[in-house]
Amino acid sequence: METTVENQQDQATASFEKDELVVQIRGLKKAFNGFEVLKNINLDLKRGENLVVLGKSGQGKSVTIKCIVGLLKKDEGSVKVFNEEVADLNDDELKQLRTRIGFLFQNSALYDSMTVRDNLEFPLTRVLKLKDEAEINSRVEEVLEGVGLLDAIDKMPSDLSGGMRKRIGLARTLIMKPEIMLYDEPTTGLDPITSKEISDLILAMQKKYQTSSIIITHDMACAKITADRLVVMNDGEYIAEGNYEELENSDNELVKSFFK
Amino acid sequence: MAEQALPAWKRTFEEAGSQILFLGAFFKNIFKSGFEWSEFIRQCYEIGYKSLTLVGLTGFIMGLVLTLQSRPTLADFGAESWLPGMVSLSVIREIGPVITAIICAGRVASSIGAELGSMNVTEQVDAMEVSGANPMQYLVVTRILATTIMIPILTFISDAIALFGGFLAVNIDGKVSFYLYFTKSISVLGFSDIFPATIKTIFFGLAIGFIGCYKGINSNKGTESVGLAANSAVVTSSLWIFVIDAIAVQLTNILAYH
Repeated sequence: METTVENQQDQATASFEKDELVVQIRGLKKAFNGFEVLKNINLDLKRGENLVVLGKSGQGKSVTIKCIVGLLKKDEGSVKVFNEEVADLNDDELKQLRTRIGFLFQNSALYDSMTVRDNLEFPLTRVLKLKDEAEINSRVEEVLEGVGLLDAIDKMPSDLSGGMRKRIGLARTLIMKPEIMLYDEPTTGLDPITSKEISDLILAMQKKYQTSSIIITHDMACAKITADRLVVMNDGEYIAEGNYEELENSDNELVKSFFK
Repeated sequence: MAEQALPAWKRTFEEAGSQILFLGAFFKNIFKSGFEWSEFIRQCYEIGYKSLTLVGLTGFIMGLVLTLQSRPTLADFGAESWLPGMVSLSVIREIGPVITAIICAGRVASSIGAELGSMNVTEQVDAMEVSGANPMQYLVVTRILATTIMIPILTFISDAIALFGGFLAVNIDGKVSFYLYFTKSISVLGFSDIFPATIKTIFFGLAIGFIGCYKGINSNKGTESVGLAANSAVVTSSLWIFVIDAIAVQLTNILAYH
């Protein structure tokens, strides 16, 4: 099983051109209890690209990435990941797709009844079905070393600070070697120094693992460090797109307000 | 009025449908490969072993009080010798299973509802799902199976302790031997007393685990919903215990008369 999933990942990776779109969203609409959160979302994510999505709270940024990973079902439009329409996938196909996507939740979502080690081993033993203790240990230690928290391996999540939890959450996601990373406000609630550390870590991990990332944030320092390209979201639609400098010099008042 | 009532009916049917689908998903996931043995054993420990003191104490008081309350009335009719049999019949057939299940609904269903509700609020369930793991198999199947197995065992222990409590109450003045009391208690019990009582405790366990998991997993995303999930799990599972008990009694009576 382990080799099947990982071989499929390798084959899939090899089959993509460098500029190929890994995520393609067209006309995405999503409403909750009659309130339309996403009105018309069009979004492309290229292989190896870091895309930052900016927007005020409650604009549907998190809803967009939850639609990408199939946690929420779209009302209308098309959400394609690796050229596959997410809504058309059956349970097993969706699970298979999810093994290629990493999702860092806003509050890290560490399993609080498990130690850090168990948190990291969970996807390896349950999804990749790894049984070799030595291989599991080496992968756990590798990602923990990558996020600089090897010492925390036997701690419980409740013993960790906010920044440490983010790092462990990132490590738990990266241990699956995902091709796409979705970050839901990775620096929210952290002090500026820790925020910068996390932003640097996101960039370093992206370079190390060659992932394509969508980073949802309203932390401009994080956006400046991590973004290859930014889009600004307002009222359920994207209103501006460009690199950091282009948007910083935008004439649009709302876009400018993010950079003040 | 009818217009106002319609959405409530719709919600009730939606809720019923959702519960049936959840139960179906539970049964489907029992037989999937990769059963979570370590989590199942941990849940058996949490649900069974950690409830022992509460269930044991309740059972002891139940037997003691039932005996003390019944004794004067039976003595008035000169039927004091029936006391051990009456207590054991009451405890084994009805009071033991129901009281144990109600106690476990309060302790276990609320704990499962709050734990899974909290995991839901903090997106741990979503994280599990997004990683490609199966939250139904890891969180739900293990808990429901643990309650289904542990509640009958807890009931058996509670019944035994209740009978011992009854013995102590009868024996305060030291007139009845331990052997005589238990011979009198056990001799009145037949297959039709023990078997239906055991079967219904399995269903009590299933209801407690199922309702706790359903309410927890389907809680809303706010912190308030954790409390609501726990509360709703206790109320609903307690209600189901009485419903299952009523059905079990009717079925037992029908089978006994035929």
